Amino acid sequence: MKISIFKIIIFSFVIFFLLVFWLGLKKNNNYDTNNIIGNKISNFQLSSIYNNKSISEEVLKKNKFTLINFFASWCAPCRTEHKYLLNLSNKNDDVKILGINFKDKKNNAISFLNELGNPYDFVAEDTEGKASIFFGIYGIPESVLVDSELVIIKKIVGPIDLEQYEAILQLTQ
Amino acid sequence: MRLKKIIIIYFFLFSSLCADENNLELNEIYKNLRCLICQGQSIADSNSDFASTVKLVVQDQIREGKSKEEIYDFLISKYGEWIVYQPALTKNNLLLWSLPYVVLILGGFVVFFIVRRKKA
Repeated sequence: MKISIFKIIIFSFVIFFLLVFWLGLKKNNNYDTNNIIGNKISNFQLSSIYNNKSISEEVLKKNKFTLINFFASWCAPCRTEHKYLLNLSNKNDDVKILGINFKDKKNNAISFLNELGNPYDFVAEDTEGKASIFFGIYGIPESVLVDSELVIIKKIVGPIDLEQYEAILQLTQ
Repeated sequence: MRLKKIIIIYFFLFSSLCADENNLELNEIYKNLRCLICQGQSIADSNSDFASTVKLVVQDQIREGKSKEEIYDFLISKYGEWIVYQPALTKNNLLLWSLPYVVLILGGFVVFFIVRRKKA
């Protein structure tokens, strides 16, 4: 039986395209943050919402672990995660929490913390949201757990829930 | 007096040309950046909060004299390769980059065989 080269090429083409489409459809195209775990955070300086004090990476390097939490008074899910942040600040001395107030009014942020309690060791402001880009944030609430070398060991997109809270405790033990 | 006028006109023309050039460069960068929270939109097309913040950071970095590549590298280090529409050639996306050339070569073969067949 004679099979022409032409038919073989057409057949290979079809198989090849089917394979590419099948692999493409199987692949998850949603952005996930796994690829930034292991990256280092550097070159930042943020000022406090309370006074003229500022915080930089040098201060975070003194902590065993730091949870960097982006929040705002206008963000409803930030309220739901707040109890876990309070628990974390009470339970685990190895984890310091840096709160970064995202695109918010200073007075509203202070009222928010007065109402729900302040779990943060330092509350910084990010009025224009530019600092969020330096931490790889694309919405709030979002949290980044870093070690003393400022290497990202966990990133939480969305509010911290019980599962995430326990994962943070486990990672920082 | 005439010289003064010429200087003023020259200054305005020159500054508007420079501004256009900067805008073109900014637009080119925005178009190659993916809006991570939008459906299939670039930073240039989106008015989302995330897109407007990225635009501010890109503007700052251009003002600091950073090149396009430096800006892309910075954003890739923060968000991964997914943030750029035109990723760098790596082992993982070799197929993506080589596919058009493979198709071109195979297509050439197909055309060649069709033509040869018709002649015969």
